[in-house]
Amino acid sequence: MKFVDEFRDTEKATILTKAIHKIAKNLEPKLTKPLQIMEFCGGHTHTIFRYGIEQMLPDNIEMVHGPGCPVCVLPMGRVDDCVSLAENPDVIFTTFGDAMRVPGSKKSLLQAKADGADIRMTYSPMDALNLARKNPNKEVIFFGLGFETTMPSSAFTVLQAEREGITNFSLFCNHITTVPTIKAVLDSPDMQLDGFLAPGHVAMVIGERPFDFIALDYHKSIVITGFEPLDILQSLWMVLQQIEQDRSVVENQYKRIVQPNGNTPALEAISQVFEIREFFEWRGLGSIDHSGVRMKEAYANFDAEKKFAVPNLKIADPKSCQCGEVVKGVIKPWDCKIFGSKCNPEFPMGALMVSSEGACAAYFNNGYHEKKRA
Amino acid sequence: MSMALPKTRFKGKTITLSHGAGGKVMHDLIAEIFVAGFDSPELTLLEDQARFDLNELTKLGNRLAMTTDSYVVDPLFFPGGDIGKLAVTGTVNDLAVGGAIPLYLTCSMIIEEGFAIDDLQCIVASMKATADVAGVRIVTGDTKVVPRGAADKLFINTAGVGVIAGNSNIQANRATAGDVVIINGYIGDHGAAIVDARGELALEISVETDCQPLNDLIQKMLAVCPDIHCMRDATRGGLATVLNEFAASSGVAIQLEQTKIPVREEVRGVCEVLGLDPLYLANEGKLVAIVAAEDADALIELMQNHPAGKYSCVIGTIEADPQAKVILETGFGGNRIIDMLVGEQLPRIC
Repeated sequence: MKFVDEFRDTEKATILTKAIHKIAKNLEPKLTKPLQIMEFCGGHTHTIFRYGIEQMLPDNIEMVHGPGCPVCVLPMGRVDDCVSLAENPDVIFTTFGDAMRVPGSKKSLLQAKADGADIRMTYSPMDALNLARKNPNKEVIFFGLGFETTMPSSAFTVLQAEREGITNFSLFCNHITTVPTIKAVLDSPDMQLDGFLAPGHVAMVIGERPFDFIALDYHKSIVITGFEPLDILQSLWMVLQQIEQDRSVVENQYKRIVQPNGNTPALEAISQVFEIREFFEWRGLGSIDHSGVRMKEAYANFDAEKKFAVPNLKIADPKSCQCGEVVKGVIKPWDCKIFGSKCNPEFPMGALMVSSEGACAAYFNNGYHEKKRA
Repeated sequence: MSMALPKTRFKGKTITLSHGAGGKVMHDLIAEIFVAGFDSPELTLLEDQARFDLNELTKLGNRLAMTTDSYVVDPLFFPGGDIGKLAVTGTVNDLAVGGAIPLYLTCSMIIEEGFAIDDLQCIVASMKATADVAGVRIVTGDTKVVPRGAADKLFINTAGVGVIAGNSNIQANRATAGDVVIINGYIGDHGAAIVDARGELALEISVETDCQPLNDLIQKMLAVCPDIHCMRDATRGGLATVLNEFAASSGVAIQLEQTKIPVREEVRGVCEVLGLDPLYLANEGKLVAIVAAEDADALIELMQNHPAGKYSCVIGTIEADPQAKVILETGFGGNRIIDMLVGEQLPRIC
């Protein structure tokens, strides 16, 4: 498959793996603990597991799977809000597929659908807008979810609805922002990270500069990374080179997609429709300042939070969950007290077990539940 | 529909509740659409049951095999097939993978009020054509009509009876270290064709379902290698699910090589776009067999010369440890464990 297979080439992988092992060996005498490199994005976590990349790395390099899986970090209270909106008989509630299984305090969207709510899986908010055109007597709500990657498509859909004068479409905005979240991870006192693979698709929208603070203020090496397995290996090699040379700068491995200044029309649409919330609640991480966006007052007619009474209750994470510590790399998934027992993909308790991109689900599904628990 | 419809004296364009009410209208439907369409001597007698001569059955083998399956696919017509073809193939294959020679099928239809008679006729014709290819007869059946909304267009249930000959002993718990895993061609075609036929994505692909009866191929395989250890058709849940069943029942590890598993470019493309894994996509004409390594060459040669097995190959081996695990060598240098799916495959956000 053109433009895909080139980035999965085994020979190139072998060359990169050797180069990574070589640097790791050079660094070994200086290390007091394994180097911890965080891939922030759930898409990267998925690739790492799908291609078995962790097993190709030297023992002194540990991947820490960050909080960048928008489905995983969705708090239970927000899922409850979705269910409440969806159970309105005049509503068709539309969502990306993998949000269907996220547990709320009472039920998931999948269960609500089985109980009779009209919930439909869509691949794009534009599909939801199409449903609104076809069902003028129903309110079609799109569950806007994800980081800056999916934010532009939500914004463009709202703008399109406004242009067409569609009055029965609204967005339930749960979009979240990358930079404050990385900052929260870096500011955490038990943080031990040495470098970052930055999310390539977020960077495609926001560009390279918003990541500068990681290198300048926190002196961590960071490489903007693509999503194929060779992208990951090359970026790891680039991060290790920075560490070996005692540099910390933002480098862009994903130049075939990411422009230094990002995507201007996308950024304009985002700033036209959305504004920063004072804080947003995260599953596993608690409340993070400025880590979410809401719709501007000018678009109140397209804002499900304004058009409907949303319960907006805060539901605390289960006490036994240690997702926050896993996300920061303080403990490994299998060190969590309930990993694989009370918390498993069928009945997830914690955020990271919810989506296949969540670190714990990825470990569990790949058979690590028997590993290292001794 | 492109298929030419057989001529019928049946009047009316759509199914109404009276077609299920037991009266004359129902009798006309059964006589003109089902009895005429399936055209089997047992059905023509219009008794409440089909009857078989036991002596004839025992000439074919020493064990009876029986199975049932319900078909609720949406849409009813898809590239390369339809619900009727599926309803015959699926049940025939469930018998065949146990080593049975499939002989007789039942056919129960639950039809939603308002269903088009033309479509029903098409589906019946497709069932008959598929039954002829597989060498089975549809010998008894049932029709129910339910009010609009009580079923989605048409559901079909078929049960099947077959006879197992010789001393074949195909069971999920017979895989042993040293055996090899064989598949009879490309995986995921059916799942991809259904995604395409739903038309939600306007994909420009041309994948057809792999829906095909496997009984002829399997009987020939058994002639060459009577001791096939395990065999199942990889339908819902795909190749990954069947292999997990074998690994768990036999208490062995199955080691797969990704580069050897045949997946069409178009199917890989669909999976890339949607975030699906071809290992879990449905098939309707794919068998997975586990056999002793020394039997593999002869079997593969035979299978590749059969129309249902042109792209047959060995995709993996059985090892003693780790027990009950399926491990995929990714072709990139790493390994990953292929587990059972928890629910259905859901497309990822980004």
